[in-house]
Amino acid sequence: MQRVPDGEVSPYLTDGLSVGDPIELRGPLGGWFVWRPEETNPVLLVAGGSGIVALMAMVRGRRAAGSRVPFRLLYSVRTPAELYYADELRVPQPGDDGLDVRYVFTRATPDHFARSPARIGVADINTNGWPPDVDANCFVCGPTGFVEAVADILVALGHDPRRVKTERFGPTGG
Amino acid sequence: MTEQYLDGSALAGPLREIFAVDITTAIQRCAHCGNTGRVAVLRVYHRAPGLVARCPGCDEVVSRLVRGPTDAWLDLTGTLSLRIALPRVPEPARTAGSSGDS
Repeated sequence: MQRVPDGEVSPYLTDGLSVGDPIELRGPLGGWFVWRPEETNPVLLVAGGSGIVALMAMVRGRRAAGSRVPFRLLYSVRTPAELYYADELRVPQPGDDGLDVRYVFTRATPDHFARSPARIGVADINTNGWPPDVDANCFVCGPTGFVEAVADILVALGHDPRRVKTERFGPTGG
Repeated sequence: MTEQYLDGSALAGPLREIFAVDITTAIQRCAHCGNTGRVAVLRVYHRAPGLVARCPGCDEVVSRLVRGPTDAWLDLTGTLSLRIALPRVPEPARTAGSSGDS
């Protein structure tokens, strides 16, 4: 859990909640930002930081369904130490054939990583995404600024805006 | 700041408290510009006493939701219509004598 100083939920969870406190959860809610196994178009997932969480649910859903739909996951994160699901993504799990995982590091990279640290850009999405003519379903999740930038790039590259679904979780932690 | 809004999907929880179905997949028509799109892609400003949804086409307010301790106030002035997918209604059974319009 990353504390966003003026955030709505994270200060409460990091400062107010203790181990052992009971919590009630409602959901899952909302049927829009959802991948369903009966959709056979290729899928592009673009995650910014903890935005990977919503997209990992789709990767796991694909696995659970035994789906062979081609998935590409492009995961942007500040440093290798901040990767979520590092082990699960590094070693392909049973059912992960056809899942391609690529990384963008914005502040520090692992040793021998070819790409210099920088924010995600047109070249990253053009190289690691699908060409627009395959009608890929694109899911973008992350901080608002990240989601805006990626969605704009996808549309500029020729992707159908109706196939670009976004989930913003608000301002970044800084 | 351009980072002050969320997607309409953020309305899923608060609206599910009011409606029997998921409204975020409904198709909304903006009363200001006529733009249609899923409720899930509206822009939701949440740093306010309520949730204010704006049209991604014209940026005008299309809905406002305030949750008080005992009531919800839902203002849909800026929304012309909502098209909500529902399970198919069974075809009415044809019975003898009902074929004419006499």
